[in-house]
Amino acid sequence: MELTKLTACQAADKIRKKEISVPELTYAYLDKIIELNKKIGAYITVCGQEAEKQADIVQKKFDKNEELPLIAGIPAGINDNICTSGVLTSCGSRMLSNFVPPYDATVIKKLSQNHAVLLGKLNMDEFAMGSSNETSWYGQVKNPWDPERVPGGSGGGAAAAVASKMACFALGSDTGGSARLAASFCGVVGLRPTYGTVSRYGLVAFASSMDQAAPVTRDVADCAAVMNVIAGYDPLDSISRDSGYEDYTSFLENDVKGLKIGLPKEYFSGAVQKEVKEKVLDAAKVFESLGAEIEEISLPLFEYALPAYYIISSAEASSNLAQYDGIKYGYRAQQFEDLVDLYKKSRGEGFGEEVKRRILFGTYVLGAGNYDVFYNKALKVKRMIFEEYQNAYQKVDIILGPTAPSTAFKIGEKTVDPLDMYLIDAYTVPVNLAGLCAISLPCGFDSSGLPVGMQLIGKPYGEGTILRAAFTYEKNTGGNGGIDRGV
Amino acid sequence: MAITKEDIERLADLARLNLTPEEIEKLTGDMETIINYSMNKLNELNTDDVQPMEHVLPVRNVFREDICEQSFDREDILKNAPEKAEGCFLVPKVVE
Amino acid sequence: MEYEVVIGLEIHAELATKSKIYCGCTTEFGGEPNTHCCPGCIGMPGALPVLNKAVVEYAIKAGLATNCEISHYSRQDRKHYFYPDLAKAYQISQCDYPLCRNGYLEIEVNGEKKKIGITRIHIEEDAGKLIHDEYGRGTFVDYNRSGVPLIEIVTEPDMRSSAEVKAFFEKLKAILEYTAVSDCKMQEGSLRADINLSVRPKGQKEFGVRTEMKNLNSIRAIVRAVEFEAKRQILELEYGGVIERETRRWDDVKGESYSMRTKEEATDYRYMPDPDLYPIYVDQEWIEQIRATIPELPDDRKKRFISELGIPEYDASIITASKPLADFFEAAAKESKNAKAISNWVMGDLMKKLNDTGLEPSDIPFAPGNLARLVSLIDENVISGKIAKQVFDIMWETGEDPADIVEKKGLKVVTDTDAIRSVIIQVISANPKSVEDYKSGKTKAMGFLIGQIMRETKGKADPQAVNRLLKEELDKL
Repeated sequence: MELTKLTACQAADKIRKKEISVPELTYAYLDKIIELNKKIGAYITVCGQEAEKQADIVQKKFDKNEELPLIAGIPAGINDNICTSGVLTSCGSRMLSNFVPPYDATVIKKLSQNHAVLLGKLNMDEFAMGSSNETSWYGQVKNPWDPERVPGGSGGGAAAAVASKMACFALGSDTGGSARLAASFCGVVGLRPTYGTVSRYGLVAFASSMDQAAPVTRDVADCAAVMNVIAGYDPLDSISRDSGYEDYTSFLENDVKGLKIGLPKEYFSGAVQKEVKEKVLDAAKVFESLGAEIEEISLPLFEYALPAYYIISSAEASSNLAQYDGIKYGYRAQQFEDLVDLYKKSRGEGFGEEVKRRILFGTYVLGAGNYDVFYNKALKVKRMIFEEYQNAYQKVDIILGPTAPSTAFKIGEKTVDPLDMYLIDAYTVPVNLAGLCAISLPCGFDSSGLPVGMQLIGKPYGEGTILRAAFTYEKNTGGNGGIDRGV
Repeated sequence: MAITKEDIERLADLARLNLTPEEIEKLTGDMETIINYSMNKLNELNTDDVQPMEHVLPVRNVFREDICEQSFDREDILKNAPEKAEGCFLVPKVVE
Repeated sequence: MEYEVVIGLEIHAELATKSKIYCGCTTEFGGEPNTHCCPGCIGMPGALPVLNKAVVEYAIKAGLATNCEISHYSRQDRKHYFYPDLAKAYQISQCDYPLCRNGYLEIEVNGEKKKIGITRIHIEEDAGKLIHDEYGRGTFVDYNRSGVPLIEIVTEPDMRSSAEVKAFFEKLKAILEYTAVSDCKMQEGSLRADINLSVRPKGQKEFGVRTEMKNLNSIRAIVRAVEFEAKRQILELEYGGVIERETRRWDDVKGESYSMRTKEEATDYRYMPDPDLYPIYVDQEWIEQIRATIPELPDDRKKRFISELGIPEYDASIITASKPLADFFEAAAKESKNAKAISNWVMGDLMKKLNDTGLEPSDIPFAPGNLARLVSLIDENVISGKIAKQVFDIMWETGEDPADIVEKKGLKVVTDTDAIRSVIIQVISANPKSVEDYKSGKTKAMGFLIGQIMRETKGKADPQAVNRLLKEELDKL
């Protein structure tokens, strides 16, 4: 039995049946990391010793027949923008290439309380800004399906690690689609929770009004299981809310009868690759055959989400990243003339090009004279988009579309014009802007054998409905989209 | 709208970012593209009667009670500091 | 040419909360550097703010006590600038939607009453502290103060003289103390003022170009800075110069302000609503709940002291300007039957002691009851007024009860007429010349004889008895 092929739920079952042990499972993953990480570049930091130690501790608990949560003993990778006490948390940036937090993010505390085994920290686009994992200070993550291609971003490390069996599941983040996009390019499952569902405490801020940690998993059941662990109100995050969900796995029902699924015509027009469009429409047929009602809808404001998203997220990023000044922690330039020079050189050398671009754009849109034209205008458009989705959900229960306009593209293919890269996010950002939830899951392969991802978008706190639909699709199409084909 | 090198230099100064001449060159073009794209696109929409939306959730009054909690050990507060002395972060002399 | 000085103030007051505005670290003053800190205080990645409810309540209280309208909707914004004491490189403050607006305070200068407008009061976080290293290593940064809650009170440019500024500032300070919104310890930086000042020819409608002086932390410094800067600007204009819009630094040792050469146009704070914090809604019910907790304010107390306790208006103004002093006075007056005498002691000896020692009214080293009992001792003729001053000094040193002091030191008035008479007879016989002078109509001689008697009795003889008996003895001759 290849242990790393097991999903979290399968492994949890076998651990309880004493068919496998937690240390065995952990070693299998650590071996896989040794074998593949050099090629894929998914991990920035591997916590081998800590993982082994934790595995032993958890196994002892199982040996004593303690009642343990489902993910106890399950090896996981963590995005490097989630603070881990005593472990480098770099955000894929030179700026934080020496930053060791003295505290754990709330989601890490929750994973620890649930006795998960943390394998290490995952590579990502610098400060989660990117769609291809080409902006990391720690180098390119490669797509496990084709090492010449990008794994998507910003959570490329998370998706690649899960796809290549270097982690049973991963905790990524999703500010503009990072988890879903990478999941789609790597053929795994990524869920963007409704804003406020998962505590942001200890998740390094990119665009605070949209940041959420996000599970990246092998299949839909694992996704629900991880949500059970990470969701919940946290008094340390003012934004955090009690979503009202007690058990996300209770929605894992093989049933979409009567479910109204909307296909927005804007999601299937011009920019989307033909093969991607076909696969997603095939999925719609599957839903229809299972008793769901498919309805074409229109979301005319779709094309405005991207510029609004870039203005808002860059403005917030320029603000959030101001604190990286070379004084309290992080990178400080070696030589400088005075305080101002220290700031400028530390930030100039510590940040990469994409981050600088967004800081400048964010500084611009908040500047005197520009605020109303850009930032405030974007906040107004955000409301219009929010309302458009609210109206759509009067008619349908969920919205179905592609996660990305294409499958994984070649490394370097879109690095010349930043707009080319930004357009990759066009299908994911409306969800973040309008405070919705969405799950990306595999729906087949294109002619080059690359996974295609589709996205089920739910209304705020609609996780139950999208999990049920995604689970049903998975059950009726032969498991998890061919992930077992491996790399 | 045309964005000049000087615009980029002013922004970089405000954001305390040192940029190389090559970066300024590239970023000037990039910024012009991004600024014009986003502005032109959003200007297609009439937003006169729309209230800006800061938060997607209609929540208000989230407070904590006025209760003191244990602060962090100074060692943990200072451990990542590039330079420190006398229990403080150390920076080049601040001239007032 | 005659000029008019136009002054507005921006006053920062640290709120008297136990914990900081966005985290649970203590607000306690002092402490070893960087020991009152958490990831939020030093702007560490991933940290998030959660607003302290008491901050909102204190700010509303300050607003109500200064006749402000309380905003039902209020918002927190980020104000961006780079400075080492500002850990996040932005300060969470309030820009377009402050908690309180449109208030005023009434001041009185030279018998004239005047309203000074308060534009707004908003909440914000304090920054850390920079400490200059004497050994030239650079500047130390201590973030203990980072995140201590502040209110910023912005006035209209309604003040026209240093006397008005002083009156307004003292009034505001008293109100903040009365409401316990701030401890107002100026030497610890709990209360500090920025002064915006311009001058214009008398009669001109438009304002002149203003300068700003920041962080003045004593009333004396505020008054001197206003006077210096007004004179400087007038002189500049008189000699054909122009006033630059700039920030100036007040040097209290040299007693002058100087240009910090900062370009105002370079600052672009890029305010934005803070996405980490939800808006604050204050309904009428909450406002009324807070209003109910506001104690009697200085103006009302002053009126009551005049009408109920019968002390002069001048005394009442001075005493009520400081809450601890007014509390002390009121407690003493209530225990004594002679509020007027208490007020005299407070205005005289007590204020002098405070001035001489540099202590605050809250530090008075004896209980109000002791002063009441001291006054009773005088009123009941147990000690003389002169002896009372000695007793007061001992009370200040030891905090002992005045009756005990009098007893221990044997300071009681001698009322025993036989004893006094025997001293008188002795003094008369020792000073025949003075007795002769008195007999020949030189009344001054009487005073000399009394002085001799008081000296012999060490000031303890009852003055009335001395007067009466001396006359009797002299008339006998």
